[in-house]
Amino acid sequence: MLGSGIIKGMVETARNFFGSYVSRERLTTVQYPEQQLAPHENARTIPLLVYDGDMEHLRCTACGICEMECPAQCIYIVKDTVKKSDYLGRMQFQPRVFDIDISVCMACGICAEVCPFDSIMMDQVFALSTQNRFSGLLLHKEDLAKANGYFHAIHPSDAGDIDARRDEDKRKAEAKAKAAVAAKAAAAIKSSEASAKQVEVAA
Amino acid sequence: MTALAEPPVMHEAPPSGTIWRLAEDRSSFAGPTDDRAGGLPDHDLLEVALGPHHPSTHGVFRMDVVLDGEEVVRLKPVFGYLHRNHEKIAEKNSYLAAIPYTDRLDYICSMTNNWAYVMTVEKLTGFQPPERAEYIRVIVGELTRLFNHACLVGFLLQDMGALGTPLMYAFREREKILDLFESLSGARMMCNYMRFGGVRCDLPDGWIEEAKQVVAEFPRFLDEFEALLTGNEILLVRSQGIGVLSKELAVNAGVTGPMLRASGVGYDLRKVDKYSIYPRFNFRIPLGQHGDVFDRYMIRLLEMRESLSILKQALDTIPAGPIVDPKAKQRGLRPKAGEAYGRIEAPKGELGFYVVSDGSPNPYRFRIRPPSLINLTVLEDMCLGHTIADVVIILGSVDIVLGEVDR
Repeated sequence: MLGSGIIKGMVETARNFFGSYVSRERLTTVQYPEQQLAPHENARTIPLLVYDGDMEHLRCTACGICEMECPAQCIYIVKDTVKKSDYLGRMQFQPRVFDIDISVCMACGICAEVCPFDSIMMDQVFALSTQNRFSGLLLHKEDLAKANGYFHAIHPSDAGDIDARRDEDKRKAEAKAKAAVAAKAAAAIKSSEASAKQVEVAA
Repeated sequence: MTALAEPPVMHEAPPSGTIWRLAEDRSSFAGPTDDRAGGLPDHDLLEVALGPHHPSTHGVFRMDVVLDGEEVVRLKPVFGYLHRNHEKIAEKNSYLAAIPYTDRLDYICSMTNNWAYVMTVEKLTGFQPPERAEYIRVIVGELTRLFNHACLVGFLLQDMGALGTPLMYAFREREKILDLFESLSGARMMCNYMRFGGVRCDLPDGWIEEAKQVVAEFPRFLDEFEALLTGNEILLVRSQGIGVLSKELAVNAGVTGPMLRASGVGYDLRKVDKYSIYPRFNFRIPLGQHGDVFDRYMIRLLEMRESLSILKQALDTIPAGPIVDPKAKQRGLRPKAGEAYGRIEAPKGELGFYVVSDGSPNPYRFRIRPPSLINLTVLEDMCLGHTIADVVIILGSVDIVLGEVDR
């Protein structure tokens, strides 16, 4: 019968329309501003810089790898002139300027992937619109820096892995330092004993 | 279709959105097809610029259509509005930095774009992706094919006048797959997921189960879609016999993908090239008979069912193991001087990358063979003799994404 296909289709539409009142599968939307879905753990938007403790202890060492690898070239780094001690006690530079132009950033996550210091990571904020087109979208070090606790909140398993690795590194470094101190002390004792012996012999 | 006996009546003022031009000088229409079909009729013609901002052109694409009444006598595709210099940017950047740009080629199917590019670089460098990575690639590639075809059918029906409903149903299903992609790669559309010699990160916990559930629920959507559309008399009248593409022309023009198979040519790179691990899976290649819009519509529905069968097999047999070749290097990759052409069966056709290396950290030459662009070259041949309303459907059935056409 001509028109039976149309009627069949209408039945399908009606089933979806009325089904959306009872079936979760057919009603897949949420009332957005009031009701928000939690982002997936892997979700990424723009980069952030992780610091431990306070803002003065950014993990970033201004090595410039992310700046070099960024496909859109939206990262701009200037090294500081003084070195600071990092979590392993090594003296490292920190960035004096760390800017990301998020009007250019395409949220690919390559900076986070190549960072050897677990410093630059991907944030999950998405309501980033601003009235100021230029300075509003150029984020500075202060805007990008986020506490490790915030990073834990958005990427719990990644942050846990990284912290475990860093603690392990720290423990190893401390053990090494301790061993070095002990060796130094032992050497000092030895040398003092030797000199004492020499004194004895001389006497 | 018959030509109008009377010359078309010209209005006093042009209606908004169209360009009216009296064809005083017929030679201005002399296009590449002027020697075909015995020239132009001797009465007045109308030239309409369809696009670039037209909802039926699927992006910024313009068709300069010359009409004899309602019938198309010339059609000139005009593109380049979305040109972003992708190839040159890739030649300037490192090999790794080109991957996120490939996401933006065919911005619906970023996973298959990634795949084609990393496969080319793997040919260049000799990296061998491990078993699990190959399985993950096949799974995300086929998921991409699923939602690409679902969306295409939705858009096509929208062009036919079924405003909203089929497209919204398709988008509802697509969103489930995009959720899978987001939990896997961090982004819904711009996944940036594949890496040379493997993939970027392993599947999260429970991902396989979620994917299995999506795959198990998808046939219900397909059945609904078919009940909604395939028997619909309006769809049959509008699409059958419209925009016929002959086998010979399709092959000669280099058309690939579902459009070629709708014309009855059994050419699918998954079977021809046997790349990745496709030979392990049992699936069929649907073929059309007439090469019209309806066949192109039907081919997509059938291919979705075959993709589901591949997905079921892959999700059941995915092995554990590493996801990246231990020899593979991502940052600072400098392949030995040489060249490679890698191609895969993307949802839209043969997507190929041609990369030439001179041993430096960035490619010497980076060239893409975009299926959308090459499938678009036969647009005029399919549209001649049909009405302007059919042009919109024929364009919709080609399945173009302007990001890939213009690059």
